[in-house]
Amino acid sequence: MRSLSRHQIGPASLALLLGAFLFVFLIIPVAKVIFVAFQDPSTGALTLINFKDFFYTSLFQESFVNSFYVAAMSVLVASLIALPLSYFTTRFNFSGTLLIQTLGIIPLIMPPFVGAVSMLLLFGENGSLNLLFYEWFGFTVPFMEGLNGVIMVESIHYFPFILINLSAALNNIDQSMEESAQNLGSHGISLFRRIVFPLAMPGYVAGASLVFLKVFDDLGTPLLLNVNKMLAPQAYLRITSIGISDPMGYVISVILVVFSLLSLWTSFLALRGKDYATVQKGGGGLMKRDLKPLEKTGCYIVVIFILLLVLSPHLGLAILSFGTVWSYSVLPDAYTFNHYLQMISSSTQLISNTLIYAGLAALIDVVLGTTIAYLVWRTNLVGRKWLDFIAMGAVAVPGVVLGIGYLRTFYEYNVPFIDKPLASWWVIIVVALSIRRLPYALRACVAAMQQISVALEEAAENLGANKRRTVFRIVVPLMSGGIVAGFITSFATASVELSATLMLVSTESDAPLAYGIYEFMQSASGRGPGAALGIVAVIIVGAATFASHLFVKSKQEVLSPAVAAAAKE
Amino acid sequence: MMKRILLSMLAFCLTLIPAIAMAIEGKLTIVTSYPPDTTNTVKKVFEAKYPGIQVEMLKKKTSAGIKYLQETAVNNTSDMFWASAPDAFEVLKGDNLLQKYDVKVSGIPEKVGAFPIHDPDGYYKGFAASGYGIMWNTRYLKAKKLPVPARWADLAKPVYNGHVGMSAPSRSGTTHLTVETLLQGEGWENGWALWKAIAGNFKTVTARSFGVPDGVNSGQFGLGVVIDFFGLSSQASGFPVDFLYPPVTTLVPANIAIVKGAPNRPAAAAFIEFLLSVEGQEVLLDPKIRRLPVNPDTYAKAPADFPNPFKDKTLGAAVKFDLMLSKNRYNVINSMFDVMITYRLDELRAATKAIQDAEAKLSGKSNASAQKLIQEAHALVNALPISEAKAGEKGFNSIFKKKRKKASTKVTGRQAEVEQEWDTQVKSNYAQAKKLAEQAAAML
Repeated sequence: MRSLSRHQIGPASLALLLGAFLFVFLIIPVAKVIFVAFQDPSTGALTLINFKDFFYTSLFQESFVNSFYVAAMSVLVASLIALPLSYFTTRFNFSGTLLIQTLGIIPLIMPPFVGAVSMLLLFGENGSLNLLFYEWFGFTVPFMEGLNGVIMVESIHYFPFILINLSAALNNIDQSMEESAQNLGSHGISLFRRIVFPLAMPGYVAGASLVFLKVFDDLGTPLLLNVNKMLAPQAYLRITSIGISDPMGYVISVILVVFSLLSLWTSFLALRGKDYATVQKGGGGLMKRDLKPLEKTGCYIVVIFILLLVLSPHLGLAILSFGTVWSYSVLPDAYTFNHYLQMISSSTQLISNTLIYAGLAALIDVVLGTTIAYLVWRTNLVGRKWLDFIAMGAVAVPGVVLGIGYLRTFYEYNVPFIDKPLASWWVIIVVALSIRRLPYALRACVAAMQQISVALEEAAENLGANKRRTVFRIVVPLMSGGIVAGFITSFATASVELSATLMLVSTESDAPLAYGIYEFMQSASGRGPGAALGIVAVIIVGAATFASHLFVKSKQEVLSPAVAAAAKE
Repeated sequence: MMKRILLSMLAFCLTLIPAIAMAIEGKLTIVTSYPPDTTNTVKKVFEAKYPGIQVEMLKKKTSAGIKYLQETAVNNTSDMFWASAPDAFEVLKGDNLLQKYDVKVSGIPEKVGAFPIHDPDGYYKGFAASGYGIMWNTRYLKAKKLPVPARWADLAKPVYNGHVGMSAPSRSGTTHLTVETLLQGEGWENGWALWKAIAGNFKTVTARSFGVPDGVNSGQFGLGVVIDFFGLSSQASGFPVDFLYPPVTTLVPANIAIVKGAPNRPAAAAFIEFLLSVEGQEVLLDPKIRRLPVNPDTYAKAPADFPNPFKDKTLGAAVKFDLMLSKNRYNVINSMFDVMITYRLDELRAATKAIQDAEAKLSGKSNASAQKLIQEAHALVNALPISEAKAGEKGFNSIFKKKRKKASTKVTGRQAEVEQEWDTQVKSNYAQAKKLAEQAAAML
């Protein structure tokens, strides 16, 4: 190996720093937990026998098939929801585009277990809709039966991943591409199929692979819907049941990690050998055109139908938060404000904790994500791909495993000055959240990076700008759409994370919102106040998301001249 | 003279008590599985009595709480563990994570039902009793025209097909006790047969024990096998539900213990004494909590119809519960239930439905060969992978034990291996039973 040249020292030390962070906060804790998978249950010796058991057990085989089926179907349904929303809003002059895109992100900011509660009340076998169906037509529709329920809740919850990434990608496509195609006679469907969609492919694949992975190892939803025969619930049930340190739970964790990495690899392969970068970077986005009145009505009908569907969990939650008793009836018996009064005393601290944790975690994520994306795609450091893989691997680590790993690894270290174990200091929650949400930010940043042509940076360097200047004046501004998309995704999803926080919250004053809602929802009289707290969470995180959206918009207007100026230098 | 000295000493001691009470202060951290309704209500009354103590309730599910205490033992910051299932405390006791404590309050009997209230070894204390029973949604039963059940066996009737919910014994310590109680009360073969017949009517097996009352409250299913306070507190919250104890049930103490190396032991002791005092016991009657106090005098203040295990001697006393038997086969029972019921619920339900349909067709007719087929189908569903003797065998149990044995102990077989063997058998039995029942139905 030749020694590092001078301009590689900066990136190399950055890479080392990042590697160390990931090693300490991701690899060691997870390794401590999955080590059990390789131990003989009776002797403690190293062995692979547990993996043999896994592949010979029909329950696990069926779980594997179910998990795969649910994940694939969820990607399909989520795509059906996200495609029209992102296409209409980026392609046409559509009043309320901003509103639609913000509303489209709202499903992410509701903890999936809360969404499942409210979807059961609306779509369950004895939910509002089916009670009406039965009364009117004499039959019911099994929306929420078994795997259907998981697919429905998951695709409604996770489709924003596709929406955000796809919209960002569509916005990044240069108008001139489309214009050239049109000049050459392409239009309509063929224009979309041959030009627009291929150019937006990195965004779509980034979003779809995230949906696949998240659904593949999501735990809360199947658990709440009492679907046990899937991999993640099997792992969780095995690990947490009292009296079982049965290695199979840990084996399943390993399988989840490996399989998720494999599917990521597949998505890399699918995109390999294709260059999605476009050289020009004018006013971003597709050409927007006005709709004819009839088209407009059609679009509005589609959009409104989709929004109604994806916002139904929120609607259900809102009704639940105002209703007194809602039991085997289409709507609650009566309405009240009491639930809000009950939860208000405990909510302020929960809210401020959530904003602090999720905000810090998302900030860490975009900084790490941008850095990793740059190191991977713009340097030729040895082993740089591994940074990407390891960071993405976090997506495949079930929250419980990370939580247990943190307790195991960091409980023995006291934080100086505070004299508290590191594992019970609130900062560890931020670290856990940032590790868990890093893959989202990273994917968004990588997708943005892939769309920038190296030629722009080369041009800047030819004009005398040094590396640092190029990064901060050219790369980061051009990536800003992706970075903000990453920030929003990380922030919104971190603010509703539960599985790792459930293990790591060590004092009530450190608890975030999701924890508070979960706590309320564990008692008969707490359902109303819990729902009220959920509504408050949705409003606050929604407002924060909307604000950052506005921020991007204003930024983009400022940026265009800045890019032009940068190009001139 | 002697008397006067004693009297003045007593008086002196009495004046000291409030002084001691005042002196206790600081933070008291309690790891608990109880919902805010319980913890906040108790906390309020306790803090009013001891203004110097700030109680911090750290809520974890029972199993997560155990993991938390195990993982944090090296640098413990928790004072107490407060949860329902006695076996959770047994696990902590076994790991040497609890602190012995002698209760000073008097008036607590030795047993509730057939169960000792306090741990005989002195590590954890019962503060309330709970028993399992059946809870149902009155609107649901009315809409679907279902009768109200009275005993466990009623839940096996075809009329309840698809209307019953329960949590898995491997997920909830108290559910485990219910399963075990029925096995001990009805016998190994009959007990399992009854559980399978009930499970054939299941709508779902929930992973969280609160999933059952939640499902009944919202009407996802009509009836649930639940611990009493879930039913009683749901009712008190206004849901259209009701609850009863079937004749065969076990009352189990819900417990509290001091964690070994508790940072604030005096406050922890004060909390136990408070919880067992007349004042603390009365808090349990709060509509949001609704647990059975262990101090018999408290029942005088209870609402009418409130179950009183100290007066109603049939409650929880029908089965002479054998704790050792239960302990010896604890994990095997969980694993059997999961393999035969939780993870093969679809197959079991299909077989049960086929049998119920065939029996409905058969009723009032006589057809010997159809009857024989149905009998065979029943036998296939009820077949068990292992005998009672095997389930209690020490060597066999160690396959399912949580603790890694010393290298010298020889364990043959692994849990996953054994379970796969059972599963193959169970799956083909259920499929065959369904086929036979369908054949029988075709004859009628």
